[in-house]
Amino acid sequence: MPVWFRVVDVAVTRASIVFVLFVLLQLVQTAAAAVLPEDRLDLLYHGYDGGGVEVTGPSVLVRKSFAKSFSGYYNYYVDNVSSASIDVLSYASPYTEKRTENSLGLDYVHDKTAINFGVTASRESDYDADTAYFSISQDMFGDLTNVTLGYSQGNNIVRNNSDPDFEEPADFRSYRLGVTQVLTKDLLFGFAYEAISDEGYLNNPYRSVRYVDTTVPTGFSWQQEVYPQTRTSNAAAFRLNYYLPYRASLYGGYRYFSDTWGIKADTYDIGYTHPIGNWFVDVNYRFYSQNKADFYSDLFPYFNAQNFLARDKELSTFVSNQFGIGATYLFAQNGWGFLKSGSVNFYYNYMLFDYEDFSNVLESTPDTVGQEPLYNMSAHVIRAYVSLWF
Amino acid sequence: MKRVIPLLALAMLSTACSIEPWVKPYERANLADPVMNPNRDPASSAYLSHVHDAREGAKGAGLVSGGGCGCN
Repeated sequence: MPVWFRVVDVAVTRASIVFVLFVLLQLVQTAAAAVLPEDRLDLLYHGYDGGGVEVTGPSVLVRKSFAKSFSGYYNYYVDNVSSASIDVLSYASPYTEKRTENSLGLDYVHDKTAINFGVTASRESDYDADTAYFSISQDMFGDLTNVTLGYSQGNNIVRNNSDPDFEEPADFRSYRLGVTQVLTKDLLFGFAYEAISDEGYLNNPYRSVRYVDTTVPTGFSWQQEVYPQTRTSNAAAFRLNYYLPYRASLYGGYRYFSDTWGIKADTYDIGYTHPIGNWFVDVNYRFYSQNKADFYSDLFPYFNAQNFLARDKELSTFVSNQFGIGATYLFAQNGWGFLKSGSVNFYYNYMLFDYEDFSNVLESTPDTVGQEPLYNMSAHVIRAYVSLWF
Repeated sequence: MKRVIPLLALAMLSTACSIEPWVKPYERANLADPVMNPNRDPASSAYLSHVHDAREGAKGAGLVSGGGCGCN
């Protein structure tokens, strides 16, 4: 782990208590006020189609303020999954499943302080995830700076549909620091740091790794993957948003990630938003690259070759190029009945994934074991939604 | 170092109310314009983050949206 990450980590854990105390103390000496999020309703349809996996479903978000200082929200979200991914085709059978997620939260503002608390419960046939999160943010330095401290904790249960007796916990804790800084009247700077600690059954009970096996015609066999029981991740990101000399914005950012599994990742993104009459048009590009986990291999030399075994393509070395385009149409900008305003939105992302040490075993022959062509895939992602402010 | 950082934070915070903002409240119209916030719709942004988390090994510190825009 880089030294500067350790320094930041110390700063977060030791200074956070001091930070929170002073943020609370400032409640008595403030003038301008933080503002609650607007009352709104979002009706969204999402679709993902890539690598033999289709995921579709709705997301409904409603937010309403009350008693001047509070705003509550509820989000209903569903993933309908139909999977025939390369892993599934390699050693399992295509399947369908449904994941339902319910989130409930509350925001409270007092002077320059905003506090958020929320819980999320996700349910599917073989995975339960319960998460609670808390954050406190404070405007300071003439309201040019906003500092947020956040904590979230997840308690998950992993099951296996083909083994009724299998049930393992997988928990995480996340600590987050966010700073937003007004640099000029046209330029915003944001920084975020997050440390995540995972513990428990972190692998997938259905996923397998392959190893050389000269006793079978294919030349290789499969065994269940084995991950470490702990993982600590650090991510730091910055972002700039610039208001151009005409009414449009340019934005971009970078994130560095590393974890105790040996993965290091870089993420870059850049985008441009341009209004045309009642329309907003947005184009963006995102580049992601990572190196493999220490215990990842496309082909292990023999059965139980090492303590930890992974062949999850998300833990391999790969790069991803992602292109996005979207349009928003604003309507009822002067109000309409009980509505303050509304928008209709459509966003499309095209994602390309090029894996550098994950082979397409569907094209394997006994003579090419370990030398199969590398796997790559593309994905289409859509978001179509209506937002209503009231 | 461990003691310096909290003290530094204390010093910064204790002067928080006395700093003269170099961008006045009436100069923040551009920063508050919706075109400046590509993640203005939370349900939509959360979904795309979910896709990234599912397809990539990295996670965390996403969007940098928690801090708001400082233009209240």
